[in-house]
Amino acid sequence: MSGAGQGYAARPVAVSGTSAKTETWLWIAQRASAALLALCVLVHLVTIIYAVRHGLSGAAILERTQGNAAGLAFYSLFVLAIAVHAPIGLRTLCQEWLGWRTASLNWCITVLALALFVFGLRAGWAVFAGPA
Amino acid sequence: MNMLQVSVWRGAASGGYRAYDVPREESQSVLDVVTYIQRSIDPTLAYRFACRVGMCGACAMTVNGVARWTCRTHVAKVAKGNAIQIAPLANLPVVKDLVTDMREFFDKWARARGQFAPRSTRKDDFARVASGSPERVAANAGIECIGCAVCYASCDVVSWNPDYLGPAALNRAWTLVNDVRDGARGERLAAVAGDAGCHACHTHLSCSERCPKNITPTASIAGLKRAVALAAWKGEL
Repeated sequence: MSGAGQGYAARPVAVSGTSAKTETWLWIAQRASAALLALCVLVHLVTIIYAVRHGLSGAAILERTQGNAAGLAFYSLFVLAIAVHAPIGLRTLCQEWLGWRTASLNWCITVLALALFVFGLRAGWAVFAGPA
Repeated sequence: MNMLQVSVWRGAASGGYRAYDVPREESQSVLDVVTYIQRSIDPTLAYRFACRVGMCGACAMTVNGVARWTCRTHVAKVAKGNAIQIAPLANLPVVKDLVTDMREFFDKWARARGQFAPRSTRKDDFARVASGSPERVAANAGIECIGCAVCYASCDVVSWNPDYLGPAALNRAWTLVNDVRDGARGERLAAVAGDAGCHACHTHLSCSERCPKNITPTASIAGLKRAVALAAWKGEL
């Protein structure tokens, strides 16, 4: 066991400057996106297992995904859920484990969310549209 | 005589463990051990207790690494062989030896709007609360808290975020949210929302595991999360 009084620290600087209302909505968004992710990950895994068990090549998979609007819609939703869920969780980790509680955290997390969304959609579009 | 090897924290935030030999007795509580050391070996040892029967919540300490109420913790239950280590509660500043400064812990009860705000006056008739109503059942589940801070000392989130209100304060808020006689529901939900409030709970359940009164603060906090989310959804937060 380590020293007594362990775990007690001086009061931290203000927590990212976000209101309780915003924090509550972030929490709701994270729970809602988690519910969506549970479904999306399941469908995604089943698709992967199907492709592997049927010995589909990359070309054969692309043949099925190209022009598949339902597939594009599904992966767009998947990407949206990831872009919402992951940054909020990472924000909490940064606050609790790194003690990063300034407004800069919110900016960095917003940039991360946008990057996940844009690059995710780009990947989904590439699979839908095929080689340029 | 069978002796117990007791290692006790001496000092404040910095300090060290000092070893004492205490005669082993039958039905001996950890508080008995600390009291023996103070009265028979070293009168400079500081510790806190009052009722000795598990009502006041004053004597909580860290025993072999786990926060416990020492008056109702038998040595036989926690001693490792013939050894026992006693330290002050974690997550609170140490005043001296086994005494912690509880101000922050109780200030957080106030910050969580832990005060009852009556809706009626003394001129009104008695409120009639059905004992089996869902609100009363939920309030009853958390109402027996004795404020010992065992949950607070056991909470990982408190150690990561010292602003976090903690299990006891949030549990108190939940009992009042379910008190139909209370008129401060809106302010209370706003007070317990957010990063320092109920949404920070990771559901590790340490508070519920270690609460000597078998309260489940985790369930109270989950109730607050639902109530606050619903209030936000309705635009009432």
